[in-house]
Amino acid sequence: MKKLINKPEDIVKEELEGMALAYPSMVKVSLEPKFIYRADAPVQGKVALISGGGSGHEPMHGGFVGKGMLDAACAGEIFTSPTPDQMLEAAKKVNGGAGILYIVKNYTGDVMNFEMAADLARSEDMKVQNILIDDDVAVKDSLWTAGRRGVGTTVIAEKITGAGAEKGYDLTKVADLCRRVNASGRSMGLALTSCTVPAAGKPTFVLGDDEIEMGIGIHGEPGRTRMKIKSADELTEMMALSIIEDGDYSRTVHEWDEKKGDWVDVTLVNKAFKQGDQVIAFVNGMGGTPNIELQIIYRKLNEVCEKKGLKIARNLIGSYITSLEMQGCSITLVRADQEMIELWDAPVKTPGLRWGI
Amino acid sequence: MRTPSARRPKRNALRGDKRRSPNIGDMRKELNMPATVGDVLKCLKRMSDVIHENKEYLTELDSAIGDADHGTNMDRGFQAIAKKLPELVDKDIGDILKTCGMTLITTVGGASGPLYGTAFLQAGAALAGKQELEPGDLLVAGEAALKGVLMRGKATLGDKTMVDALTPAIVALKEALAAGAKTAEALEKASIAAETGMKGTIPIQARKGRASYLGERSIGHQDPGATSSFLLIRTMAETAHEIRVQGA
Repeated sequence: MKKLINKPEDIVKEELEGMALAYPSMVKVSLEPKFIYRADAPVQGKVALISGGGSGHEPMHGGFVGKGMLDAACAGEIFTSPTPDQMLEAAKKVNGGAGILYIVKNYTGDVMNFEMAADLARSEDMKVQNILIDDDVAVKDSLWTAGRRGVGTTVIAEKITGAGAEKGYDLTKVADLCRRVNASGRSMGLALTSCTVPAAGKPTFVLGDDEIEMGIGIHGEPGRTRMKIKSADELTEMMALSIIEDGDYSRTVHEWDEKKGDWVDVTLVNKAFKQGDQVIAFVNGMGGTPNIELQIIYRKLNEVCEKKGLKIARNLIGSYITSLEMQGCSITLVRADQEMIELWDAPVKTPGLRWGI
Repeated sequence: MRTPSARRPKRNALRGDKRRSPNIGDMRKELNMPATVGDVLKCLKRMSDVIHENKEYLTELDSAIGDADHGTNMDRGFQAIAKKLPELVDKDIGDILKTCGMTLITTVGGASGPLYGTAFLQAGAALAGKQELEPGDLLVAGEAALKGVLMRGKATLGDKTMVDALTPAIVALKEALAAGAKTAEALEKASIAAETGMKGTIPIQARKGRASYLGERSIGHQDPGATSSFLLIRTMAETAHEIRVQGA
């Protein structure tokens, strides 16, 4: 398929070079190893937020580096998690002496690499916490799978946690905040098309003209079910209800216990949504879906939320966590308390998200 | 690469003896002589070639139940290893394998990087300082590698992962060596077991990794990680066989 690229093996490098040239007041770039960091790093006395993942999801994460959001983002190869050396060098670059928070999307590779990186950073006298984002309701449980994937809530978590760090929260408070945002968010996505990973040269899967893939992730992989396409209203209702009617969700994750000096298993529970909850509603395009369609989806989402007694306090509509040129969308609802709303409203200045400054 | 003529046993011209006079290769075959640093480097080069040849195949498998990057990622890692090999001729086998492990960790990414990286690191640690590999060393390294993979990935047999190829391979290696098999034969048995394990992933539902998000839809597809594991083990068996047949 046609792509606006040069050589496939240079995509990530050239994208980073483009970012550095386009936004010099916000970001700087390291090409060896590959990561993007705040132009004014290190910010002394502030917890440094680092995320990262495979490339191909732009603007996430590199587009969210700057004041009020991430201090650094590590760019892996397309859909491939970055490696510990990238994460360690990024930590060294943005370390402001108040600790590092790695925001990690729950994929086997990301989790392993960020754990190895955290151990390396600790051996260089940095305090590090890893918080997982695992909000995708399409994955039913974590007993027989790798657990729920980190999708839309990641963007919301990076914004809110970034504001908390900017406000001067210490590492424990920042980690608690991130954990709370993750515990409050749920997402569901669908695809009308797959996407083509440049190195592979052809779409990861093929959908018929009237087929969609329900319950997708963000890496172009097949979802849970293939079904015939329906109207935007019907599909929006399906996705929204699967989020809103998802029950309490419990799973075990690995976190670092500073006192014990080791990784421990922690059981986390997401409470189900209930009538009267205030939410941040995020309608996300997968990259190839036009804004006109996202607005139609938001219209229906608004109606479903009202019917179910959820009050939309803030919204985000656009392509923020994408899967190359995939046509499709995801919906994320994050139950938000007053503190989270204030932090959401706080100023942010990054290539991908900017308000208040 | 040595030419065939260099391998032909020299006739004892003075005595007109029609029998081949013993050469180093025959001696090694008979006595099951240990593998050298050169043999290990040869094997690693071979592995990088095999992964390269199978890059599209691995990517195909990973398209069905993953995100279509396993072949590309593994190729990147093993090409990086191949580039480093000339610098490693003066190292011991432990260091060589540890260098391979670090290389994989920093170039492959995904889950494969940490898993294969840990496997090589642990194998290297088990063989620290060794200049030669006895058959028993192979087993010690193999068990250390598998233990590393299990610790890092926390998969169990039947989760539809590389573990489903590695575990039977190590079991077969152990049994064969215990029964007195020579290195090449034992690795051949390990390779066959890995292949069976790999094929055995086809009807299983994935419980780990990206394939697990597909639920029942992962059934009917061969696991890419088990496949790359099999390819690496088969390469070890082929290299051992080639060394044995061709001599020193």
